[in-house]
Amino acid sequence: MQEKTKGNRVLIDGSRLMIEALARAGADAFIGYPITPANLLYQYGSQRLKLMLPAPDEITTLQWMSGLSATGQLPVTATSFPGFALMLESINMAYMMELPMVIILVQRLGPATGTATCGAQGDLLLLRGMISGAHPIPVLATADFNDCWDLAAKAAEVAINLRTPVVLLTSKEEVMTQKSFDMGTLAKVIPVERKHYDLECEYKSYKPTDFVPDFLPVTQNKHQVRLNASTHDQTGILQHSNEESMANTRRLEEKVIQRMKSHYYYSLDEQKGAKKLIVAYGITSSAALDATEMLRNNGDKVSLLIPRTLIPTPAFYRELMMKHERVVIAEENINHQFGKLLFGENTPANVAFVGSLGKMISPEEIMKEVTA
Amino acid sequence: MNIPFLKTDALPFCKGCGHDLIAKNTTRALEKLGFNPLDVIMVTDIGCHGIIDKCLNTHTVHGLHGRSSALGAGITFGMEEPGKKVIVFIGDGGSTIGLQHLMEASRLNLNMTVVVHDNFLYGMTGGQTSGLTPHGFNTTTSRDGNPFFGYDICALAHTAGASYISRVMGIGDISDKLAVAFSTKGFSLVEVLEICPSYGMKLNPRRKLSEIAESSGKEMGEWLNQRPPFSPQQGRKSENLLEKVDPIAPKFKSYLKKTTSIILSGSAGEGVQLAANVLCKAAMRSGLSITQKGSYPVTVGVGFSTAEVNLSPREIHFHGIAVPDMVVVTSADGLAHNKQRIAKMQGGFLFIDESLEVPPTGAEVICHDFRGMGARNASIFSVFFLALKTGIISTESLFKTIEEEGLSEKLPVAKIKEALVA
Repeated sequence: MQEKTKGNRVLIDGSRLMIEALARAGADAFIGYPITPANLLYQYGSQRLKLMLPAPDEITTLQWMSGLSATGQLPVTATSFPGFALMLESINMAYMMELPMVIILVQRLGPATGTATCGAQGDLLLLRGMISGAHPIPVLATADFNDCWDLAAKAAEVAINLRTPVVLLTSKEEVMTQKSFDMGTLAKVIPVERKHYDLECEYKSYKPTDFVPDFLPVTQNKHQVRLNASTHDQTGILQHSNEESMANTRRLEEKVIQRMKSHYYYSLDEQKGAKKLIVAYGITSSAALDATEMLRNNGDKVSLLIPRTLIPTPAFYRELMMKHERVVIAEENINHQFGKLLFGENTPANVAFVGSLGKMISPEEIMKEVTA
Repeated sequence: MNIPFLKTDALPFCKGCGHDLIAKNTTRALEKLGFNPLDVIMVTDIGCHGIIDKCLNTHTVHGLHGRSSALGAGITFGMEEPGKKVIVFIGDGGSTIGLQHLMEASRLNLNMTVVVHDNFLYGMTGGQTSGLTPHGFNTTTSRDGNPFFGYDICALAHTAGASYISRVMGIGDISDKLAVAFSTKGFSLVEVLEICPSYGMKLNPRRKLSEIAESSGKEMGEWLNQRPPFSPQQGRKSENLLEKVDPIAPKFKSYLKKTTSIILSGSAGEGVQLAANVLCKAAMRSGLSITQKGSYPVTVGVGFSTAEVNLSPREIHFHGIAVPDMVVVTSADGLAHNKQRIAKMQGGFLFIDESLEVPPTGAEVICHDFRGMGARNASIFSVFFLALKTGIISTESLFKTIEEEGLSEKLPVAKIKEALVA
């Protein structure tokens, strides 16, 4: 189904698209605590989802979401770093309990409370290390308004199908800026089907099928459900570190790595014969698009990679970069977080960075580095 | 055959621990009330009490230290069928880590019961003083007696609005007392007093539970609030967020050839953001692509108000504005906020209210009496003035936008027309 306004342009913001897409994909509730620059998401969430719960803080937010998720509903929240920091312990819990939920992280300038109304891309390495044990948690990053729609729906799908919290990563400039937008470009959102264990034989809360355990809500009375944030066996019973429980903890990592292979989202605009590659995600993608176009208009041959699945990080990104003579990664921080995610501290000689603090990276800054 | 709540009577607690008594009396109370084990969701967390999970035939949810009452609360929000029961086990340590969660569950009067296992200290981590440790009670970290006074968790829950609160001595059969809490509609909390045999008894020899309770003011009793329990938001309207977003069809022409960045800058309460919105929608009615974002202090009702707008005959990707093509300044606040960017302009236009001092700039400066229209109308008038002077869009498209957006009553259309003719 295309939207009723097919072919027609509207003035809209990314927050509205995200919440509407999440609702259509099957999100049941918005639970949150207001924080700039995620307030539009909070407002739309309260209007759109069938349950809205104003939590007294972000720790409670995540706990309420986890409880609700245990009953078979899909909760959504939106926050920025200060709120996200409070959520961390509970996200670890939801990750360990394998409870589906979507957390929209709207990046703003840090450290600490930083500047609430200034955008940034400073939280990627935090996300990479946020689960104790450094197990990966799925992170999808929006690059434009179509992503606010498509990736929001995909976040719900990943959360449910992988039984995991998912972070939908965005930033102030993406969710608060209004733009003219063609609604005819929105694809139909198919509601995510929630399959529950329906066999008569014994149910084990953490016995996996293709890395993901079957789900059953705690509200049914056919089988016993055991959810556990501590190290546990397949039944969900607390264990110290026996073989079965360690296999379960290993599975959490393997689940995300293996099952996310069918959720590698990116766009690659390859120019034939190009030896240069621009890489940008999130808000900086827009500047990268303009830079690519202007360089090509100037006669430069350049390709453009916009990664959307950031964690787990597809090996393809690295492989592609190694095929180019010069790679420029642009992101709105000063320590090149995506580069570090890909290469650690050993950045290959062919890879350069464009960074920024407190302002968006312009197309001209990217062009300058590409042609340097 | 009915399935028992407990898999075994041999529970994994130290000899003489009150947790054993609470677990057995909890299951006895549930049996008396006619619950089946799988109608009960037991939420536990970190602390000795939490190791009960493996002995239960109920659903079990084992969460983070002190968060179990919030986790249980989340489950109650998703329980649509009657006849289910959420019971949270928490220790005295957990009840202070998660004090906000207890207050919130009390305030909302959620359908659940929290059983506080109050053994006056942190048992699992070595017998340290907790927030509920009575004054004068010895712990491993206050061997000469706790110098602080403990919280009255029952009084707090009562003040916050819980339907039912009771404090009981963890001795003998307390199943009937627990059953009262479990059958309460709304939030109930039972604080069960006990002495940890591994630390409390050893460090406080010859002291009896009743004497400790009495000397610390932990009075046994029941406290009630006559309040309705939480009920889900029935009949809540779910609004399709795209339904009211009206398409804007092009009806006018624009001769704009390249992306043009415009900054409108004035004072809060003077309609800067609305003026920018009218400009953007008129530009869309003229077939242009636009971006619009606002910037203002956190106290939105005072100080500067700046709107950044891009107009383009083609799709706009990057919407940042380092050096604008045009700036419109209608107040001193607006001038102060954008002085640096105005100074960087090497061309383009600076429209500035004639009451303001013109700052250094490479832009062509056009002074006009915008505020003469009244402070609240200065910004919208400046947009018309800009359109007239630069021709980027027609003033007709602006008037049409005001009409179609239902702003004719709010904005001084006649006065603007008059001023434009003048």
